[in-house]
Amino acid sequence: MSITYLEAIRAAQARALADDPRVFIYGQDVGAFGGAFKATKNLAQQFPGRVVDAPISEDAIVGLAVGAAIEGMRPIIEMQFADFSTAGFNQIVNQAATLFWRTNVPCPIVVRLPSGGTSGSGPFHSQNMEAIYAHYPGLLVLTPATVEDAYSMLLEAVALDDPVIFCEHKLLYYHLKAERLPTEALPVGKARLARAGRDLTIVAYSAMVHEALAVAEELRTEGWEIEVVDLRSVKPLDTDTVMASVARTGRLLCVGESWPWGGVTAEVIARVASEGFGLLDTAPQRLNAKDTPVPFHPNLWAAHRPTARSIAAAARSLLRS
Amino acid sequence: MVQAATNAATTDAEASFRELCRRAYRLMLLARIAEDKVASLYRAGQIHGGVFVGRGQEALSVACGLALQKGDVFAPLIRDAAGRLAFGEPLIDGIRTYLGSRLGPMRGRDGNVHRGYPREGYLPMISHLGAMISVVNGVLFARRLKGVAGTVGLASVGDGATSTGAFHEALNQAAVERLPLVLVVANNQYAYSTPNSRQYACRDLADKAAGYGVECQRLDGTDLRACLRLLTETVSRARNGAGPQMIVASLLRLCGHGEHDDASYVDPKLKGAPLGRDCLKAAEEQLLLQHAATTSELEGWRAEALEKVERTVARVQHEPAPDPFTEEWRAIASAALVETPGTRPVVKHAGINLSLA
Repeated sequence: MSITYLEAIRAAQARALADDPRVFIYGQDVGAFGGAFKATKNLAQQFPGRVVDAPISEDAIVGLAVGAAIEGMRPIIEMQFADFSTAGFNQIVNQAATLFWRTNVPCPIVVRLPSGGTSGSGPFHSQNMEAIYAHYPGLLVLTPATVEDAYSMLLEAVALDDPVIFCEHKLLYYHLKAERLPTEALPVGKARLARAGRDLTIVAYSAMVHEALAVAEELRTEGWEIEVVDLRSVKPLDTDTVMASVARTGRLLCVGESWPWGGVTAEVIARVASEGFGLLDTAPQRLNAKDTPVPFHPNLWAAHRPTARSIAAAARSLLRS
Repeated sequence: MVQAATNAATTDAEASFRELCRRAYRLMLLARIAEDKVASLYRAGQIHGGVFVGRGQEALSVACGLALQKGDVFAPLIRDAAGRLAFGEPLIDGIRTYLGSRLGPMRGRDGNVHRGYPREGYLPMISHLGAMISVVNGVLFARRLKGVAGTVGLASVGDGATSTGAFHEALNQAAVERLPLVLVVANNQYAYSTPNSRQYACRDLADKAAGYGVECQRLDGTDLRACLRLLTETVSRARNGAGPQMIVASLLRLCGHGEHDDASYVDPKLKGAPLGRDCLKAAEEQLLLQHAATTSELEGWRAEALEKVERTVARVQHEPAPDPFTEEWRAIASAALVETPGTRPVVKHAGINLSLA
């Protein structure tokens, strides 16, 4: 038996619904239809009245979730595409993210964002939103890269007392597989050492972890041992694990699929440079998507985001410096 | 015999309505006096940030608060001091929030009209207009999922909020889910300085409700008796399953947007129009005309309210301000997930033990 990243997300939601009567799912097309990506397939039938179609109103979808959380529920809301969460941005960053600080009342909601580019999806169905949400106090931002994490982190997200932005990568939905669902997991807030090495640390998250692992394998044949750190959650950011890795390797490349200005890779580099400058043997580098909207055509799309090829080139250059 | 019973019932209903009017008037008066006091503190430089008062909206606001019962949900807006008191907010909460007392509901983290107790169904507004409506929907939706029946949620907005996407989305959402929402629009003719003519082009704001399949009633927001009657009736309709309800009340904001604003842009013709009358004075005249209160009672109530406000302000002025050194500075409930950057001792190549996870 094998299970995909998408099936893990569906299984986590099914389990959350089964285990906790406070959980419900609300979003566009999530009901009988089972969601645009089928992440809620059959859940409306299995849990009548608790998997509910919403009008195309992202603002009101998030607002309703906040109200339900105040009333003690644990809503999971699906943004059909991460890109559309901008239409609910105000409720996420000003309503959900400020509630606990202002009132001492927690706001346990999970906002699922089908994120990232797939070939042919274009500027409005391909975005990665983790940087902009991580910027706001009061939100937790999770970016699972594996089937196991997609499952365990979604369950943990539902259990957490804070608003969680759950960035699930669409490119991993169908292709990434595991033998079984995990029975134990690292907690949210801990990064994972995805591959041990000694010559260079590549810090990545979400789909870029797999590109980084491919690069590590490729460079092994050239005699390099690359360490890959999977951040798992970008907020909180496990600086300790990153710093420990850089302490071993002395070299840092940080890779993200998001745009270059600010963001997670900039944050990681800033922390390592300011808190661990002496650990570095050479200037840290980062690699991001190009600073343009995400292009539609496969030729342009493939060159827009970091790939194993561009990451390998950046890694070689760092290893030689 | 039947006639006598009917007469007795009518007399009872009249007496209880008269009592409601008296209660409402006293709350309006307390709100007006408290806000006048806060405005004078603002002018004396004793308030941080803005002051936003409900002068001219007290009749509508108090009717909202009084129409709700314990267990209902209320999302007031900036001009709802009277409604907040009527819903059960202690006077001291507003004063504490304005003066930034650490003992207030917002502990100095948020101020002025941004206050409430979410778990008690009293929702603290954010500044983005229309944003509270869907939150009220969420509380009502959750109650339905939990099998709690018979409660109502009331959200208060102004004419300006009817132009926001949040208003549209939330009213439509309430209609689709058929939630017991009462949406009260105080059309006070200006959104900050923007007149109705630049805010919307429909014939009447009430027409907007029809577009969502929502029932809407129009109301003279300067008439306390009309406000009390319609709010009571509308809240009860929502409670009995008639679906979301909207009310559009016409009135005039008898002040600036905030105390920083002299409102020089308000059309003098509106001030002289029926909707420009002061609802508090009108309520006073109604009480006297209906023999529901005497002049000396009114004077007594005023003196009592003044004394209460002065006493409360004096008390709060001696309360501690928030302390940045003892403040927790934590925006998330999950204490274990708080990051403390810049506090990490790092030793190079110190054999830090990391296992493959």
